[in-house]
Formats: sequence, structure tokens, C-alpha cells
Amino acid sequence: MANYATNEFKGGLKFMLDGDPCSMLDIEHIKPGKGQAFTRVKFRNLSTGRVGEKTFKVGENVEAADVMDTDMEYLYTDGEFWHFMKTDGSFEQIGADAKALGDTSKWLKEQEVYLVTLYNGAPISVTAPNFIVLPVAETDPGLKGDTAQGGSKPATLPTGAVVRVPLFVNEGDLLKIDTRTGEYVSRA
Amino acid sequence: MQLAILKKRAELLSATRHFFNSRGVLEVNTPVLAPAGSTDPLLDSFVTQLEGGSTPSQLLYLQTSPEFYMKRLLAEGSGAIYQLGPCFRNGELSQRHNPEFLMLEWYRPDWKLSELEAECCALFDELLGVASYQRRTYREAFIEFVGLDPFKTSLAELRRTCVAVSGIDAEQLDRDGCLDLLLSHKLEPALKNLGRVILYEFPASQAALAQIHQDAYGNPVASRFELYINGLELANAYQELTSASEQATRFEADNAQRHALGKPQVTADAKLVAALEKGLPDCSGIAVGFDRLVMLACDAASLDEVQTFSAYRW
Repeated sequence: MANYATNEFKGGLKFMLDGDPCSMLDIEHIKPGKGQAFTRVKFRNLSTGRVGEKTFKVGENVEAADVMDTDMEYLYTDGEFWHFMKTDGSFEQIGADAKALGDTSKWLKEQEVYLVTLYNGAPISVTAPNFIVLPVAETDPGLKGDTAQGGSKPATLPTGAVVRVPLFVNEGDLLKIDTRTGEYVSRA
Repeated sequence: MQLAILKKRAELLSATRHFFNSRGVLEVNTPVLAPAGSTDPLLDSFVTQLEGGSTPSQLLYLQTSPEFYMKRLLAEGSGAIYQLGPCFRNGELSQRHNPEFLMLEWYRPDWKLSELEAECCALFDELLGVASYQRRTYREAFIEFVGLDPFKTSLAELRRTCVAVSGIDAEQLDRDGCLDLLLSHKLEPALKNLGRVILYEFPASQAALAQIHQDAYGNPVASRFELYINGLELANAYQELTSASEQATRFEADNAQRHALGKPQVTADAKLVAALEKGLPDCSGIAVGFDRLVMLACDAASLDEVQTFSAYRW
């Protein structure tokens, strides 16, 4: 695998750290007027999702990580794996386990396209589109006339996710949800 | 680049010139491009070639600071001098760095470092408004904010602290490397909340072109101070080295260290050594990153905001 020197560091660069693939988020050059230069990197560990920081001496190298982001359509689950298909016309299928799926399980919908991150060809994470439309499976009955303001109530989606919705929302309504915050945006 | 910032920069330049002119300090201009460069192992020069015409081709360095030429003027009897001019440092680009920046540098013959410190504070009061200054030795600041004595702590312990603080592979760091890391990762962030701070008595190994003396605990320390404002390193001052032989020795040591680091050798300024031999008056000198000063005056978060065209917008 290729190496990257500190002067090649940039946001989005995928590299190996302590055996895990990581993605650089932010790079800072540090140099006292009369002193040694360092490069401080904020990164996300793609296996655990955790964000960390590490400082490198200028000129130090990191190993590139064989990581690829691929658009894939969600097909079905067999209970153990969640199966996705490439959208590039190859129809190639890949199964992601619960660990790779993580919280994205809350926003899963058949025929929707997700960003699947492959490490050495195997999925390590699945990212939902920023907005997704899902129906309400269960919620208290809507209050007629209360269409704008007022409080909120929980609504359960078919995926098991629970979102706060306005009181006028009924079972069966389609909701637009921001998957980054898990918040209701509007009725779809 | 906002017009308000352009105007503020012009005001600060004008106020700086007024400050020095009224104190009888002479403005000078020395070469930015020269056949000798800084040998400092931790500074990288832009190197270029003089060629064409009737002159033999020659290697030239864009100056990382006007120090050598200004000292040659001092040795020729210029008296107190200041300069506002561009300096160049290769490989330095960040929120607080640009490969080309404006340096304010001045020298005071027959002045002690403490006198220069007072003048530096007076200048900052003039340009940024009056404020109080806290003084801490390098040792005191490390004990207070890093939790260790920079002179007494073993290298192994320094390395352990560096790993804990930054995750760096510390085996490759020497003593000064460890101290630089702790300064930038622990000390400078702590200084952010302290306003104007004068840090002095740096370890002798970080003396660069400063004289060396002993502190109250018998540690060899550099006669040097740095001025920080809100954690931003703004000024670096020395009781200047005047010994020609010591200067020649440091040039050689620098190039030996450059070799060890795999960096190219730099032509040392033999004429500076000759000037010191002829006699440089006892003097103190200071360099101020002028763009950073503009940053503070404009409450800007990065150098990019206060330079007309930074490297990010070439």
C-alpha cells in the first residue's frame, strides 16, 4: 500500500492507525517561530466511528488505507446480514453485518441508495442519505385542527426508530426525516 | 479581504513608523534576496539561482529574517535601526503561517533585554491599546501549565508526557522536540486565556542567536523572551550574541544538525562573522510577526483574513 507524508495530508484522506482504517477530518500545521514543526490531525476511526486526534512530526509517513466509498441499494436482510447491491450496473451484492450497519439500521428502506464504505473489499460502515422518507407505523391519533403549533409526540417507524413529530401526524403518514440529526423535517 | 482591514493595516504601519521615528530609531531596508541564508535547522529557506546576463550563476536565499544584514549595519555604526519588510519561510502555511509574511525587526545598541522588553510593551500598548503584561520564566510556565520542570525531567518522562498529550510516536523526539510539542499542545492553549504574556529564560539549547546565562537554579538559559498575546506567538527577542567565534561555531553546529536531519546545507554568512570580529556593539534585538499583529488588531481568526493575497488565494 502507498504511504502519505505529512505534506500530503488533507481532509478525507484514508489512512491506517493502530490497525484501523481512519479518515482525516482536520489538519493543523503547528510551528513555533524557533522550534520543531508538527502536524496535528483530527480523524474518524472508520471501524469504531470514534473521533480522535494525533500529532505527527513533519515528514513522518502514514500508511494508506484501502478504503472505498460505494453507492449501493439496500435489498433485504436475512437476519444476520443486510444485503446491498452496487448501482454501477454490475449488480454485485455485498452483505453488511450489524456492526457495519450501526445506527443506520434506523433509516433502512428497500430500494434506497446508501453509501457503503468498503475496507479491503468488506463493508465497515453504511451511511444513510441525509434525508429519507419513511411511513409512521404507530403513534397516538392526530388532533384535528392542530396543524401548526403546539407540542410534539413520539412516532414509531417500521424500522423501530422513534422520532418526535407534531401532534397532527397520523399513522400511515409519510415523513421526511433528517438522518444526521434523527429529526422530523416535514410530511412528505 | 475587507477594505476595513486594509485600512487598519495601513494605520498600524503608519503608527509603527511614527513610534520608531519619534524615538530616533532609523528605518532601513536590507536585501531580501542574498547569497547566504539562515542555517537554523528548523527553518527552511526558498532557494533560487542568479543567472543570465554577465554575472556568474549563484545560489541565492530568500531571507527568513533580516537579522544578519541588520547586524552588519549595527557593526558599521548605524545606531538603533528598525525594518518593516517581507520574510520567507518555506513549508509554513496554516491559520497562523504564510510562506511570505511581513516582519518588524528592530535593534537597540547598548540596551539590555529588559529595556527592549519595556519598549516592545510600549509599542503593543500603542498599536493594540494599553493592557497589563504577565511575566513567567519558561520553567515557571511549564511547571504551572504542563506540570513538569523542563530542565530536570528525564527525556523518557518527557516522551511519555508527549504520547499522553498528543499520541505522537515520541521515540524520534529529542529533548527540545518534546519541549516544543508540549509548548504547542499544552502551554500555548493555556496562554489563550491570559492576555499578554512574556515568556523568558528559554533553555540554552533554544538560544539560536541569543546569549546564554544561568538562571536562579543554575540552569543554562538563553537571554531571550517571547511575547504571546491570547496564545498567539507575536515577538521573539534576544540579548544578541556578539562573539564572532561563538557565532561561527553555532553556524557549523546548525549545518551539522541539518545534515543529520537530511536537510540541505546552507551557506553561512561569513560577512556576519567578519562583522562580529570587527565588533558588534552590545545590543538587544526583536522580531515581530506584523501580520499576526494585524490579526489581533482586527480580531481576525487567521492570517489569511489580514493578508491581501495569502498563499490560499494566490
